[in-house]
Amino acid sequence: MANWVTIGLSTGIKTSPYPGGADSASGVSPGRPTPPPSMPSDGRAETLSARCPVHAITPRPGGVAIDQGRCVHCFRCAYDGDGVGVPWESGYEWACYPAATHSLRARLDRRFGRSLHIRYVDAGACGACISEARQLNNPYYNIHRLGFLVTPTPRNADVLLVAGPLSDAMRLPLRKTYEAMPSPKRVVAIGACAISGGVFGPSFISAGGVSDLLPVDVVVPGCPPPPLAILHGLLLVVERKPPAVQTMETRATAAESA
Amino acid sequence: MVAEKREIELCRAPDILETARRRWQGQATVDLNRPFGSCRIEVCADALRAVCQWLDEEAHYMFATLIVEESPGAIWSLRYLFYGASALWIEVVIHLEGNGAIVPSLSNIELGPSYDWHEREAEDLFGLQFKGHPRLGDFVLHEDWPDGVNPMRRDFDATRRPEFPRHESAWQPAVIVSAPGSFAMPVGPVFADFAESAHFLLETVGEDVIRTIPRFSYKYRGVEKIAEGQPVDRVLLLAERFSGTAAFAHGLAFCDAVETICAIEVPTRAKAMRTLFAELERLRHHAATIAGICNSTALAVAASQAALIEEDLLRLSCELTRHRYLFGAVTPGGMTVDLDEPRCRRLTKEIGDFAARLAKLRDQLRYSSSFLDRLEEVGVVSTGAARSYGLLGPIARASGIARDIRKLRPYAAYDAADFSVPIEREGDGYARLRVFFEEAENSAAIVRQMLQILPPGPILVREFAWRSGAACAAVEAPSGAAFHYLRLCEGCIVARYRVTPPAFANWHGFHVAAESFAFQDFPIILASFGLSNAECDR
Repeated sequence: MANWVTIGLSTGIKTSPYPGGADSASGVSPGRPTPPPSMPSDGRAETLSARCPVHAITPRPGGVAIDQGRCVHCFRCAYDGDGVGVPWESGYEWACYPAATHSLRARLDRRFGRSLHIRYVDAGACGACISEARQLNNPYYNIHRLGFLVTPTPRNADVLLVAGPLSDAMRLPLRKTYEAMPSPKRVVAIGACAISGGVFGPSFISAGGVSDLLPVDVVVPGCPPPPLAILHGLLLVVERKPPAVQTMETRATAAESA
Repeated sequence: MVAEKREIELCRAPDILETARRRWQGQATVDLNRPFGSCRIEVCADALRAVCQWLDEEAHYMFATLIVEESPGAIWSLRYLFYGASALWIEVVIHLEGNGAIVPSLSNIELGPSYDWHEREAEDLFGLQFKGHPRLGDFVLHEDWPDGVNPMRRDFDATRRPEFPRHESAWQPAVIVSAPGSFAMPVGPVFADFAESAHFLLETVGEDVIRTIPRFSYKYRGVEKIAEGQPVDRVLLLAERFSGTAAFAHGLAFCDAVETICAIEVPTRAKAMRTLFAELERLRHHAATIAGICNSTALAVAASQAALIEEDLLRLSCELTRHRYLFGAVTPGGMTVDLDEPRCRRLTKEIGDFAARLAKLRDQLRYSSSFLDRLEEVGVVSTGAARSYGLLGPIARASGIARDIRKLRPYAAYDAADFSVPIEREGDGYARLRVFFEEAENSAAIVRQMLQILPPGPILVREFAWRSGAACAAVEAPSGAAFHYLRLCEGCIVARYRVTPPAFANWHGFHVAAESFAFQDFPIILASFGLSNAECDR
């Protein structure tokens, strides 16, 4: 019989310094494109916009706007073969409110700050978002230490974590789960699919994100968002962390100008 | 070189070509389909069954996929694609006409279960009628979806959600247990933990489960339909993202099909790197499966150890390719990221550490009797069942079937890789765990071999001419053989994309393992299959 206690203890502490400090281990996040502060108006913005297969990049005076809710981390805009590319930011504090005008519904009671029960629903995700969410329970991220718990029943849940573009067959299970949760409750959409439909939606069988069915309180962009980004989303729900500096405003602006 | 190699293979083809001609004289037209690289057997619907049975049982070819294509005026071509131990495909083709054309079902022959789901899928999505199939309807599209609305038909608008009344009635299978004291316990589609959406109805008489009735396609996203009419570059995103945990394998298969159509010769460095990353992905996938199995038996420390290996591999993948799941690394013509000298050195060192950590974990688990008790003789799949369901990959290997695309039809640089395919006979949870461990260690060894032979040179062919045509690519994805059929028309537009992932065959066989077991074993059986629903549902 292997001595699992000794094996566990001899592994040492692996826990991420986040949220107390920044996690600087390499490979914790793929990073994401960020709009450069300025760009010469020589057609570069248009080139970049045309290169983005999911229409996340829109030219605007003096540069480009990037809709992080659409970006699927395909790296097409980072190619530097012809010298045209956008800067790539590292980091993972990406969670934000869905729109600039958004105000949180009645604030979650402070007491939720250290005891938040999470219910997860897969609304057609590819498996990468689920895999990243699952990593939250591994020894590196270990969300139990923050009082975040995954609950086996919606009746105990405070937060509904949803990934995927919302496939047709998952509409009913998702709605039933939401309705079974007691108020106050929050919905967190994780990944480009859950925010905008990603590469799949909207189509005949997928919606253009979870907000087609449920009110979304917090979005975590990324394809997939790394575990620390999802963790930031949960911390944002209980207001233990502020939202990302770059909000989803760009998306609304881009939609207006289109 | 690829073209040359194919030419050699095609020259060897006369064997099967002549045999098929002699055997099916007067009943079938047999010729060589050079552009597609196949032996084409055209039959009338009546002879379909006999020819497929002959290929399965006497010629020892294996069924890969059913490709349905519709031409204007409801003219159908159905291709039953088979593969063997050469680069040559065998396609059995029938032509039909009319809406709701009738096709003889193959689901009741000896290897019928291999065809079963392909037929149900074609019935749901194309409206074809499979005569003699015992159970059609309510498969990909659940019961609220109206009959006669078939999304894969040419005239179906894929951009809009069709309007129809939704009754939202609870699903119930046609036949359900009705003995005194028995009940059916629903599990899913929403689970207690981070799990993918699928539904299982466990028929039980208390502690013992008699039968499991699974229901899938909760995650059907119509990948094949929404790919139609899109440029290659856009469809590559779908190929990578329909199953995120096997993104590199599926992206590679898609690129391979594009390269075959456009006759692109991939640089040797890119080929070696493709093999390297495909194995890195397999290693990570298997580490995740092992973590899942340990977790299902509540062996927390072992689960944590495996999860640490998985997370470390994700971080390593991110450092090497910029993405934790290797998205965007492969592209038609080669690779988008190169490995420089320091990275190669680091990888050489780290891959050895991963292999050592896995070997240590395997040995520790081997001496944990309480853990083995939960796995041994649990979720057994016999060799016969594995064969008739056409199971693939590690699941089939645990049941005594050593099929591996890397050996049968070597792609990328697998002909330069020296590895053995593990095989176990018992077909239980522990046999599957052993296969996952051994394959993961082999993957680490292949990564090391590729690093040793990694030739210098370019990694990408940027200039090539787009051509129209059709091709099918096969790769060994982490959970088994994946077949990507692609037809391109003018201007690098996808006309038809047919994806047959390994999970499609393996989930079909899952219920065989989930029969007559104790209730608490269900999560263990589920975890020991290590399958993705996103991959199956597409």
